[in-house]
Amino acid sequence: MNYRIDDRGYYGDFGGAYIPEMLYPNIEELRNEYLKIIAQPDFQEEFKSLLKDYVGRPSPLFLAKRLSEKYGAQIYLKREDLNHTGAHKINNTIGQIILAEKLGKKRIIAETGAGQHGVATATVCALKGLECVIYMGEVDIQRQAPNVARMKMMGAKVVPATSGSKTLKDATNEAMRDWINNPVDTHYIIGSVVGPHPYPEMVSLFQSIISEETKKQLIEHTGNDQPDYVLACVGGGSNAMGMFYHFLDDENVKLIGAEAAGLGVNSGHSAATSVLGKEGVLHGSRTILMQTEDGQVTEPYSISAGLDYPGIGPQHAHLHKVKRVEYVSITDDEAMQASLELSKLEGIIPAIESAHALAQLKKMTFKKEDVVVICLSGRGDKDLDTFMKYFNL
Amino acid sequence: MNRLKQLFEKKKNNILSIYFTAGYPEIGATLKIAEALEKSGADFLEIGFPYSDPLADGPVIQKSSHVAIENGMTLKVLFEQLKDLRSKISIPVLLMGYANPMIQFGVSNFCKAAKEVGVDGVIVPDLPLYEYEELYKDDFISNRLSNIFLVTPQTSEERIRKIDELSNGFIYLLSSSSTTGKDLNTSDAIGDYYNRVKNMNLKNPLIIGFGISDQKSFERANQYANGAIVGTAFVKTLGNENDYLAQIPEFIRKIRA
Ligand SMILES: Cc1ncc(COP(=O)(O)O)c(C=O)c1O
Repeated sequence: MNYRIDDRGYYGDFGGAYIPEMLYPNIEELRNEYLKIIAQPDFQEEFKSLLKDYVGRPSPLFLAKRLSEKYGAQIYLKREDLNHTGAHKINNTIGQIILAEKLGKKRIIAETGAGQHGVATATVCALKGLECVIYMGEVDIQRQAPNVARMKMMGAKVVPATSGSKTLKDATNEAMRDWINNPVDTHYIIGSVVGPHPYPEMVSLFQSIISEETKKQLIEHTGNDQPDYVLACVGGGSNAMGMFYHFLDDENVKLIGAEAAGLGVNSGHSAATSVLGKEGVLHGSRTILMQTEDGQVTEPYSISAGLDYPGIGPQHAHLHKVKRVEYVSITDDEAMQASLELSKLEGIIPAIESAHALAQLKKMTFKKEDVVVICLSGRGDKDLDTFMKYFNL
Repeated sequence: MNRLKQLFEKKKNNILSIYFTAGYPEIGATLKIAEALEKSGADFLEIGFPYSDPLADGPVIQKSSHVAIENGMTLKVLFEQLKDLRSKISIPVLLMGYANPMIQFGVSNFCKAAKEVGVDGVIVPDLPLYEYEELYKDDFISNRLSNIFLVTPQTSEERIRKIDELSNGFIYLLSSSSTTGKDLNTSDAIGDYYNRVKNMNLKNPLIIGFGISDQKSFERANQYANGAIVGTAFVKTLGNENDYLAQIPEFIRKIRA
């Protein structure tokens, strides 16, 4: 089975570039250039050196002993939460900012939901001295005030998206509209494995460092680069794609993606796209998305703003369809309890997004010798407000 | 022959097309607006079917889509309303909207329904050339629908030729790379771009759209193309006035003046 992209920019039935003609030159330029630029030695050198000295990679692969004991398996955490800015998002923005520079772009735009990708983008723009404009839903600006302040401190302009439901999907629309109106000097740094081809492929390539390191680290820990299970949470799906990337063809490694069920898959307040979605087109790619019978995009819900997205990346849609990855749904309550559990057992406060992957442990049965890797995509600092309210701290 | 082709054979310049969103400002407005536009002298119409996430549109048309959805407009409702189209209107009518609602309806079903009610063509800004050619072209052709593609100042000559080859109605020339509702680009460079396209001697007529809002911009567009499309300015007028139908003759008269 082929899980990878084909030369038309599709993963099976999913992907492509459903974009208005105004975006065609930009997308075409990227499509023609990105692989060439990424393959250049000076790109690779700068990418690797920034990941090492600026981001702090390789991120540790940590054997969580007390968690392992509780669930009766060998559970390893891939510590993306220890990256500079606190999540995996920066792997992608480092890659894209170098690319943008090589394409001669002077201005960077991005969308953000929780603000993690916005912060990671503002960070690399400050690092490179490039103008930075971040689109963020008006509702999210209020929910995520500390991240808005971070972006501003680093010199980014944060523009409220006031259209539609005023959240992540609308911020993405606004960023694309900005790009349509500024086609020549601007690069759009998309924050997940979504959008028109080649974005999903490019972002997963930059995030694939997660599984590349994990394989090497597993050999050091266990002598075998193939674990039994790999788990990651799925919003748009970038940390999951990075975590799955080098395991896709290892068919004996079970891959599990945890989506946000919100208040429950059938509650009407959910973001479990693989269960609730249907095939269609969202933000420039053919994928699975939550929508009405008439094809209007419906508003998702999750307690974690980073999973609050009505679609999944096209490669996830494909991996779902061909059943290479099992997608599971985790409710707000399950994720919150898992956050508390990891904090108490290991002294690590995870992002609520990442806790969706952790919460799946409870629903599985393991053999003692099973090796399980979980992508800890981010740290919980940004979620303290939510934790305080939820647990009455 | 399709009505669009007849129009372009009869009329070579100053062609005026008006865009409006179906179901805006009220659900039952669609055909009433269409009738008023024909009576007032519009040459052809673009009826928008609304989408929740209209990427290529500015705030005015976004809002009209949003209101139309709230009013209950769907493709099903629209095709129901358009059953009376050809008993009321004789000028060409195009449907304009985004790929996702059309895909949910089924592209083949969509094309059949469009033909049945007497629609002449379709504009779907986010349906790319490649997918159109590979997946959907036969549905369009067998239902005698023109598929209209957009061209921007950044579109390469090679691609314009390809678009011309695949088009069978007109080419929708954008005044600049922009979302709908920006002012018409009036820089000198834009004249060069229009002339460049004009001098390519394409088989399809050229109609300029995006940023045409008044008599001046309409006239300027007609220096280079066979006609022009007014969208945002018209939708704005519909939203401003309680008696939206009464405004239509005056709106068209001012643009034509
Ligand atoms: C910590 C963390 N994990 C996961 C996500 C979800 O994104 P993705 O599915 O692209 O990894 C986010 C998004 O903001 C995040 O901040």
